[in-house]
Amino acid sequence: MSALSSDAIIACDGLSKHFGGVRAFTDVAFQARRGEVTAVIGDNGAGKSTLIRCLVGVHVPDAGSIVFDGREHPFSNPDGARKAGIETVHQNLALIDELTVAQNLFLNRELVRRIGPFAFLDRKAMKREARSMLSRLSINVPSINQRVRRLSGGQRQAISICRAVGSGAKLVVMDEPTAALGVQETANVEALIRRLREQSVSVILVSHNFDQVRRLSDQIWVMRAGKMAATVRASETTGNELVALVTGAA
Amino acid sequence: MSNPTDNAPVAHSAGAAEESRPSLSALLLDPSFWADWASVVGLVGLVIVFGIAQPVFLSIANLQALLLAAAILVVLSIGQTFVVATSGIDLSLAAAVMLGAIILGLVNAAGYGIFIACVLAVLATSAIGFLNGLIITAGKIPDFVVTLGTLSGITGLGLILSGGEPTMVGSTFLLKLASGSFGPFGYPVWVAIAAVIVAHIALYHTRFGVHLLATGGQVESAGALGIRTNRVKIAAYTISGFCAGIAAILLVARIGSAEPQINTSLLLNSVAAVVLGGVSLFGGRASILGPAIGALMLTALVNGLTLLNVSAFYQPLAVGAIVVLAALIMRYQK
Repeated sequence: MSALSSDAIIACDGLSKHFGGVRAFTDVAFQARRGEVTAVIGDNGAGKSTLIRCLVGVHVPDAGSIVFDGREHPFSNPDGARKAGIETVHQNLALIDELTVAQNLFLNRELVRRIGPFAFLDRKAMKREARSMLSRLSINVPSINQRVRRLSGGQRQAISICRAVGSGAKLVVMDEPTAALGVQETANVEALIRRLREQSVSVILVSHNFDQVRRLSDQIWVMRAGKMAATVRASETTGNELVALVTGAA
Repeated sequence: MSNPTDNAPVAHSAGAAEESRPSLSALLLDPSFWADWASVVGLVGLVIVFGIAQPVFLSIANLQALLLAAAILVVLSIGQTFVVATSGIDLSLAAAVMLGAIILGLVNAAGYGIFIACVLAVLATSAIGFLNGLIITAGKIPDFVVTLGTLSGITGLGLILSGGEPTMVGSTFLLKLASGSFGPFGYPVWVAIAAVIVAHIALYHTRFGVHLLATGGQVESAGALGIRTNRVKIAAYTISGFCAGIAAILLVARIGSAEPQINTSLLLNSVAAVVLGGVSLFGGRASILGPAIGALMLTALVNGLTLLNVSAFYQPLAVGAIVVLAALIMRYQK
């Protein structure tokens, strides 16, 4: 699968990662197309989370190449990945409870005004921007000055996603974005991901939920026991086929 | 010793004063508001109680003396606040003050001049803070343990350097610093005010401040977003050390000599002021005005009790009671 299509936003080939004697995955080829929602599914321990962490710079793969936006091996840590244009929506959300919605949206990329050698936060501009970021994705929160601690799980997830998208990221990576959410909140977050798809944001979605994956994604990659087992178009597959691919019955 | 009960009516009167301002009436029903403003409420309460019980308390001379006495604690509380905001604690703070004072005294006595002595003292205490932060982050050792260790180490170092003897510091510069005044306040008060303003701006109006609170709030999340949390922690401890150096200069100026003795109440009161100021000991939530007013409140408590001829033996008891009370109120902080 080394023939990479030219419209891939990210592509990797021959990727391997070991932790001591434990193989997370070996010789994995994977790619995500620009403007599509690409899903990665697999059983627990299939290696999908580790693969994603390699893509976003948390882990450095032992072997193989990653090409992001036409550049090879573009980064070696999460900060580098972020600067290159990959934003991650973490499983544990990575929001700071005690900070406000606006502060969280601009965390570590705060807008500043420079006065001589000093840089002061431009809080007005950040609040204004935060409002427009939230309204662009039709996200409702009581107030952008609200501490995140008081928000519901769905609102928190929405803010995580909004932060990722709002940074002008070329690729948004979501690891189990609805795992901890109730039915209504899951529906809200799915609607949000659909809006991203309409706006042609490139998304990689890691999920356990086959129905959700078929509803939301364009292309589905299946991992099994540390290998990339298959890839299918979401429109051309069925839930049963996915189950068979994940369990190895196919 | 009826502070808790005395506080109740006082709290109401403070509330009435607040209510006249717009949009605060809703806040007043929120226990979280009282937790956030515990130090202000407590200070206003103490001022009213002591003012009634002993009118001398409200005399200009006494208030000026009170502010002067509070300056050192205010500066230390600010340093402690930065550390506590990262969910750490700096137990070596008072020991660093002692070492700073001794270095100041020794360098001055060696004839290098008072300015170099002061600069070296601040550099030394900042280095101690830096070292604290470095050991905590690089060694992944709990803050409590590391600063307890440096507390002991610095104390020993101070004793070795000074030979256990106090050093007289006869400097006109320090004498002026301690006794001179500009406008209504003595110079030490201005130093404390300047520290409050700079720290407030650093906490609320810079990226460092946001990153500090993020590091204290959820260190893994902050790290995942690319914030260099170890650097932030080291910076917080270095700031704490720097504040200890400033406090050392103020202390030597005040007593005229460098004593190889730790003022333990300075350490405990700095933590107490931080707690009173509504700063969460779990990190992530801090203000500068709160701890500064907390420090004022603790100084006012001691000052008032002294004016009322209450034995000095009762003062730690009163401080302890107030701090525990404040911690209980903090439970309502949301």
